Amino acid sequence: MEASDSFFRGYGWFFWEGLKVTLLVAVCAGLVVIPLGLLGAWGKLSRNPVARGIANLYTIIVRGVPELVLIILVYYGLTIVLQIALSAAAGEEVLVDIDPFLTGVIALGTIYGAFATEVFRGAYLAVPRGQIEAAKASGMNRSLLVRRILLPQMWRFALPGLGNLWLVLIKATALMSVIQLDELMRKTDIAARAVREPFKFYLTGALIYLGITIVSMLLQQRAEGWANRGVRRA
Amino acid sequence: MTPDFGAILDHLDRYVAGALLTLELTAISVAAGLVLAVGLALMRVSRNPLLWMPVYGYIFFFRGTPLLVQLFLIYYGSGQFRAWFESVGLWTLFREPYFCALLALTLNTAAYTAEILRGAIQAIPYGEIEAARAVGMSRALIVRRILLPKAFRFGLPAYTNEVVFLFQATSLVSIITLMDLFGVARVLISRTFASFEILIFVGAIYCAMSYAMIYGFRWLEHRWSGHLRAMPGADKGIAAR
Repeated sequence: MEASDSFFRGYGWFFWEGLKVTLLVAVCAGLVVIPLGLLGAWGKLSRNPVARGIANLYTIIVRGVPELVLIILVYYGLTIVLQIALSAAAGEEVLVDIDPFLTGVIALGTIYGAFATEVFRGAYLAVPRGQIEAAKASGMNRSLLVRRILLPQMWRFALPGLGNLWLVLIKATALMSVIQLDELMRKTDIAARAVREPFKFYLTGALIYLGITIVSMLLQQRAEGWANRGVRRA
Repeated sequence: MTPDFGAILDHLDRYVAGALLTLELTAISVAAGLVLAVGLALMRVSRNPLLWMPVYGYIFFFRGTPLLVQLFLIYYGSGQFRAWFESVGLWTLFREPYFCALLALTLNTAAYTAEILRGAIQAIPYGEIEAARAVGMSRALIVRRILLPKAFRFGLPAYTNEVVFLFQATSLVSIITLMDLFGVARVLISRTFASFEILIFVGAIYCAMSYAMIYGFRWLEHRWSGHLRAMPGADKGIAAR
């Protein structure tokens, strides 16, 4: 990496360090998004008015408030809640310094869980009703119906929406630099300020994000091909 | 742990000023972005590679990278070429966070809007264009009377989402020191330490304004689709872009 090192004045590895954290926080947030989205979709489609109300409130709030505000809210919120809880447990004032990585995973997971709720809701509705009736008629219980009939088909309908969410999620991780998470954006920022060549560094950072987008899109295509392998195309 | 309403009530005038700047940034960049997007979309659907390829690259770059990076690239990145900007007399613009924020937001929304319009233009049944040609319309007349009106109508639901997202994304300009609604909130949090109260308050304002916009656009959609009323309604709420 000699050549790139003189080009970036020894800061080239900053991008690599940042990229690793960006991908890690995005993957971990993604692991929160999927169950939360399934739960939200279940709530929205439920006949129980309380579950429906909570799921609706969740998506309405998350989609109405800017990501940045929600991220900062989770950041302060977690700090205060933990501080009160730990202080009560310890019987004295405890100062909590919350981990930005954890905050990022929780904040991004919660935000994109709301968008995934809509994706899964749409995917559920795309499964033909007759198949659910047929499964019930053949005596499948609910969990078997979900496992054998619903989920395998929902994936197929949900993949384009989830792929799109992943691309938005990757870009949203850049906001984590605001709460000092050492991801790609913040690492780029630090290097840009140290070397005083901001355009070169921010452009490199931008191109790395673009690279993640391109690789993600290629993977998404393959995943969709795999999920649709049983579908005959015209 | 009693809520500190003073942090909100004592500074209402500052929140109002912040909200006005947020709306101003949204309105200007949405308007400028739309004008730019119409030109870009027409170039994008052109068969001439010299026209569509650069636009494809532009749209791909602005949709594939975070807005925050674009904002920094323009605001801080321009500093690397300060001498050049000074020599062409543009430095007075590029040293202002207000101008850089507007530029970044406009370029960003223009890319997303151009992509929405491209999809909408390509969704127009080709028979309609053929019919327009058959009655002897010129290219410019076809664009003005057939292509754009139909594209706007097709693209409106997706465009609603884009405008709301842009409105919410203006909160990023507080990072380059602008005093928009979120910028005001951040300053008052550091001064009063009433972080929860202030964040929930500004969050509620953003939320209310977002849904006001959505309902405004729904009304517009309803108005513009009078002749298609029997068709099932378009999308619901905001989907992720």
